[in-house]
Order: sequence, then structure tokens, then C-alpha cells
Amino acid sequence: MQNKYDVLIIGGGPGGAMAGKAVADAGLSCCIIEKRPAIGAPVRCAEGVGSEISDYIDLDPKWVSSTIEGALLVAPDGQTLELNPKMAGNEVGYVLDRKIFDRELVWNAANAGCDVFVKSRASSAIMKDGKVCGAVIETGGKTVEVYADVVIAADGVESKFARWCGIDTTVPFAELETCVQYLMTDIDIDSGQNAFYLGREVAPEGYIWIFSKGNRTANVGIGISGKMCKEGKRPKDYLDAFVAKHFPQGKIIELMPGGVSVCKPLACTVADGLIIVGDAARLSDPITGGGIINAIYTGKLAGEVAAECIASGDCSKKALMKYDTIWRSSKMGKSLARNYQVKEIFIKLEDEKLNSIVKSVSTLDMETFDTKHLLIKLVKYNPWLLKEIVTLKHLLE
Amino acid sequence: MLIIKREVCGYCGACVSVCPEGALELVDAYLTVDPETCLDCGICSKICPLGALEVKNAE
Repeated sequence: MQNKYDVLIIGGGPGGAMAGKAVADAGLSCCIIEKRPAIGAPVRCAEGVGSEISDYIDLDPKWVSSTIEGALLVAPDGQTLELNPKMAGNEVGYVLDRKIFDRELVWNAANAGCDVFVKSRASSAIMKDGKVCGAVIETGGKTVEVYADVVIAADGVESKFARWCGIDTTVPFAELETCVQYLMTDIDIDSGQNAFYLGREVAPEGYIWIFSKGNRTANVGIGISGKMCKEGKRPKDYLDAFVAKHFPQGKIIELMPGGVSVCKPLACTVADGLIIVGDAARLSDPITGGGIINAIYTGKLAGEVAAECIASGDCSKKALMKYDTIWRSSKMGKSLARNYQVKEIFIKLEDEKLNSIVKSVSTLDMETFDTKHLLIKLVKYNPWLLKEIVTLKHLLE
Repeated sequence: MLIIKREVCGYCGACVSVCPEGALELVDAYLTVDPETCLDCGICSKICPLGALEVKNAE
């Protein structure tokens, strides 16, 4: 490990890996440090992504556990709504194998020239006159100081680095979805369809997902709001009840707890010498909880902006603001802002209303597979939604 | 004080993100609490997906 890099990246997930590759591609020195001994494990993710991931990276078939051709929403009363692509058989998304996916993204960064160190952890930030100048790193029993012109914090939901730099990253506990997932095998599932179960009894202010990992295997998980979580009613309790009902013969071959933020993004995702990306910047989607594509997009953007700022000799907050401005005005930034508002509306809906929405239509053919287009369709069948929720119309424009 | 039940904890870091004091830290495969910084507010124990955290009042 050198004691100075152009860019130091904290965290070797998809955000950190994309940042590392972008910086190395720009011909600058960079280093990814990952506190775990292995990239990509533990998974802590339902691994689902929309097909738009191909707009950001060339998807390699070996990263994909399942190709998804539709989704099933299950209402609290058990009625179902099937979402299909407009063209039958079109793929609408994938369930990834993150152990392979994450590792390959880091390989790509390494092959482009980025240094990588595993089992190496930042334990504090090095600050000078309010500017972030590097990190103190624990590696192999030694403590070393590593300096950088820009540090990229890609340290995930449990992010500490930005906090050490003086930024409050606390997720309000009501806006933290507390999650447990089982990787289950020997279960009857439709391997081309992902299923979502809704309802206060099933998953209060959250949902249960069944994301296909291939033949008779799936990620079966739950997220519930932190404010609904209590002793005896933790996500694991709800999930165990669901599994006992739906997959009593299934075998659990992996247990993954985790947290997903569904709050607003950090008010500002840069500081002097610092850029924050992905989950660490609270960029997971407030409705779906999805964060992979947002991390990939912001990681790459952070690497590019850092390289530009270093080339121009100005890594101040003002110069790095370009990153914050670009992602906020991007499709992703707008969708995060809209979905936060939509989430605020939908977590308050009673089960009877959810039942009635699902009852209104049993299948939908979707031209574009996302929450906005789903809502637009649902409103068509449920015009009362616009009357009851006056803000909804404006959100769907 | 905050008790971490290591045999229950799945070291996921959900608690770290909600700690208003930054007292928790996920170090590779174990969770640590800084007793100097922790205020025993119990937010972490409330949201833990597995129930691995418990605030015990000093006798």
C-alpha cells in the first residue's frame, strides 16, 4: 500500500469498484480498501436489478442467477396482480449472483490499474483545516496513514467514514428497513418471476420478496420499518411465519440480515476532498430498497468527477459539487425524490385499500417496468387514488 | 449499558446506520460499541433484525 494515492476508495462493493475503475481509466493512481476478507461476501442483498442495468455496464451472463420476465404482487388478502412485459418473453430484470458480480467489478478496477487491499479497514479520517486528506487504515495488524487528494466513501449502509469527516449520516430509525433473507432451496417457485407480498400482517411498512435464484431456489426475504420492529415482531419472526406457511419443506442454506435506508439522500454528498456514493450516501430506492444500480452510477460518476477535479488542481467541496449536482438532476436523482414522496403515501395505506387496488386488475402489461409506470397504470384502474391523495397526481407527471 | 449478543448478531451493520452517536462500528465480522460514546438510547436494539442487542441498566 502506498502512503499517497490520487484517490482512496473506502469499500469494495459495486460503488467503490466502479469508482476505482473510472479513476484508473483516467490514468490516476487509486486504491480500494475493503474491510472484509472477501469481496462480495456476505451478500446482504436480495440481488434483484431492473434490465436498465445494461445502460450502465455490460452485463456478463455469469453474473446472473436468473433472468426475470415478470413480477407478481400479492395483496394482504392473497389476491394477486401479475405484471408482464408488453412483449411476452422480454426480460425485465435479473437476479444477480453478487458473490461473482462484486468480485468481477473489483477485478475490472484492478485490471485497469487500481490497487486493492482486503481485510483492510479505515479507522478514522485524516483531516487538515477541515479538508479530508486521507484515512488511517488498519491492515494486517499494522496502522498506516494513507493520503489522497480525494477520498470516496463507498462504505455502504454501515458507513462511518463520512461521519468521521463531520457529516451526520444517521438514518432515522423509522426510515431504516430492517431485513432478513434466507437463500432457500427445494422450493416450488416460478423461476422467471419475482414475487412481492404486501400487508401489515405479512410485513408492516415493507414487503416480503421471493427473488428467483434459478431452479427451485430463491432469495426469500423481508424488510419492515424500524418503527414496526419489536421483540417477538422482528423481521426474522415474520419471515419464519411466512416460510412455515409457504415453504415448510424448503431448506435454508444461507441467512442474511441487513439494513436498507429508505430515507432521503444525504443533504450534500460531497465535502472538501470527499465524495460519498451509493448506500453510504443513502441512495437506495425508498420504495423498492434497490441500491445496486444507484451505487454503480454514482460510483462511476464520483470517479470521473474526482479525476477531473484532480486534473484541474481543485478538490474543494465547491469543485466536487459537480458530482452532487449531476446525480441529483439525473433520472436516478429525480426518481429517488419522487419515490420518497410516493413511499410516504403508500406506507400509510390500509390493507383494505391495498386489497382493493390489487382487486381492480389481475394482470398488467408494462411498457416500462418501474414503479412510476406501475403507479400510472394502477391509478387508471383506481381513480379514487388521485382523489384521496392529492399530491399523487403531481408526483406522476 | 449495551450488550451485544455475539452468537445472535449477524454482523449486518443495520444498527450502525441508525446510531445517532456513531458509537457502533462493524469491524469485519464483529460489532463493537464504544461505551464512552453510547448513550444507551436503545434505538439499535429496537431495529436489530435478529434481536442481538440489549440495553441493560446498571444496577
